[in-house]
Amino acid sequence: MKDNGMVIIGAGETGARAAAGLREQGWTGAITLIGEESHAPYERPPLSKQVLQEAGEPSPAYIVTAEKLKEQRIDFIHGSKAASIDRNNHIVAIGDGRQFRYERLLLATGARPRMLQLPDSGSGASQASNIRYLRSYADALALRSRLQPGQRVAIIGGGFIGLEVAASARYQGCAVTVIEAGPRILMRGVPESIGRVVEARHRGEGVSFKLNAGIQAIESAESESIITFTDGEALAFDVILAGIGAVPDTVLASGCGLTIENGIAVDERLCTSDPDIFAAGDCCSFPHPLYGGMRIRLEAWRNAQEQGTHAAGSMLGSTEAYSAVPWFWSDQYDLTLQVTGLPHTARTTVHRSLGATGDLYFHLADGYRLAAASAIGRNGIAKDIRLAEMLIASQAALDPVQLAAPDIKLRSLLTINA
Amino acid sequence: MTYEGWIAACDAEDIDEEDVIRFDYEDRTFAIYRSDKSEYYATDGYCTHEKFHLSDGLVMGKHIECPKHNGRFDYTTGEAKRAPVCNALQTYPVKNEAGQIWIKIS
Repeated sequence: MKDNGMVIIGAGETGARAAAGLREQGWTGAITLIGEESHAPYERPPLSKQVLQEAGEPSPAYIVTAEKLKEQRIDFIHGSKAASIDRNNHIVAIGDGRQFRYERLLLATGARPRMLQLPDSGSGASQASNIRYLRSYADALALRSRLQPGQRVAIIGGGFIGLEVAASARYQGCAVTVIEAGPRILMRGVPESIGRVVEARHRGEGVSFKLNAGIQAIESAESESIITFTDGEALAFDVILAGIGAVPDTVLASGCGLTIENGIAVDERLCTSDPDIFAAGDCCSFPHPLYGGMRIRLEAWRNAQEQGTHAAGSMLGSTEAYSAVPWFWSDQYDLTLQVTGLPHTARTTVHRSLGATGDLYFHLADGYRLAAASAIGRNGIAKDIRLAEMLIASQAALDPVQLAAPDIKLRSLLTINA
Repeated sequence: MTYEGWIAACDAEDIDEEDVIRFDYEDRTFAIYRSDKSEYYATDGYCTHEKFHLSDGLVMGKHIECPKHNGRFDYTTGEAKRAPVCNALQTYPVKNEAGQIWIKIS
């Protein structure tokens, strides 16, 4: 068996960035990138937005093309699912029986949509077969074909994926209902004030909400599906999309005995419990040095990208800790929302008006250190969120009065505290 | 106001130090920068990666960072400095005459 050098399982954002990162950081040996889908690595953020909205024939937004991979001597094995890992012999086996010997292995297996579990109706009929999920380009194309004007679309779950699809479906002229189990949308991750702005905007665009909703059953007939709620209401829909979170894909890792803890557990270098196996992106949980080593798992584009690059360095022997400040964004209509840091670790929130650009919230931990910041409005919020990210990284104590004062530039706080 | 291809874009004081503003002219859009040394530069407005306006991004030294994907350019040369951007940004000559910023876009 030939030596396949650095082997990467998963050809999404993380896997693609890791492969590129290995070359950029000087690795000249073999690189093998194994992907389950048939496409070259592509960007997932457009799947809930541009792919569903744009008029022309869509195509994936490639991170890197197959030609470019070839040029960089990255052996791209696509349409193949890795089946098992033999840690003693350093061998990965894929579905068709082929084996790859690795020097170092990166698991970039990502996450899968959480499946909707309904109370058992007794007949088994409540488990509707036509509930859609959105993760892959194929999922997006299938959903796109169903978002026709006048179609009744149910979005189960008021999180980011669901709300972005709700906006896209409205754009296509569908009748949209967002169904949320909690008392408000975006319960995880953003303060209530931002959730209210987003909800009001969706309502203004004609989206209906059913909050505090319990689903009793979903029955599918040929032409439509009926959702029956625990409050007795029953509604008919043409399309049902569930966006109720994602679960890390840890099948391979647990199959070969690696430590699992809300994802594949890695250390601050992104190394698993096996010194020759690393994990990065949505599939892993890691201790964050800026938050007292708290173990977290992120499902975000920038994290996937930066951890891919970081893991490449670790595979080549770097001992540097991964300490990037978490960051993500969501676009719905012309509203943009950005969050940096970990809002749930904060104790108090301070508001700063950005005028016509939007609103910024600072989430402060003990000692007035900045734990997180979130903003909603136009794209211009990005500037202040980026500065807030630097303030979080600086771990400096800040004055809430200055943070709240729009005429005090955030950059000046950074300079003072640097 | 124009002369010999130069267009009056803004007042020098319209842009904070180490910041950027948007400037639209006819059907084109630009980003005009003021460095931390109060030197002025101009580039195309949109990022070469996806269509996001760079005037919404953060200026750090001689770099501008895209507000959406954190790609980076050297705004003094247009050079792409960090993924995901790989194509350079078009730059334009700028002059500051008595507090009036002019850019040459043709």
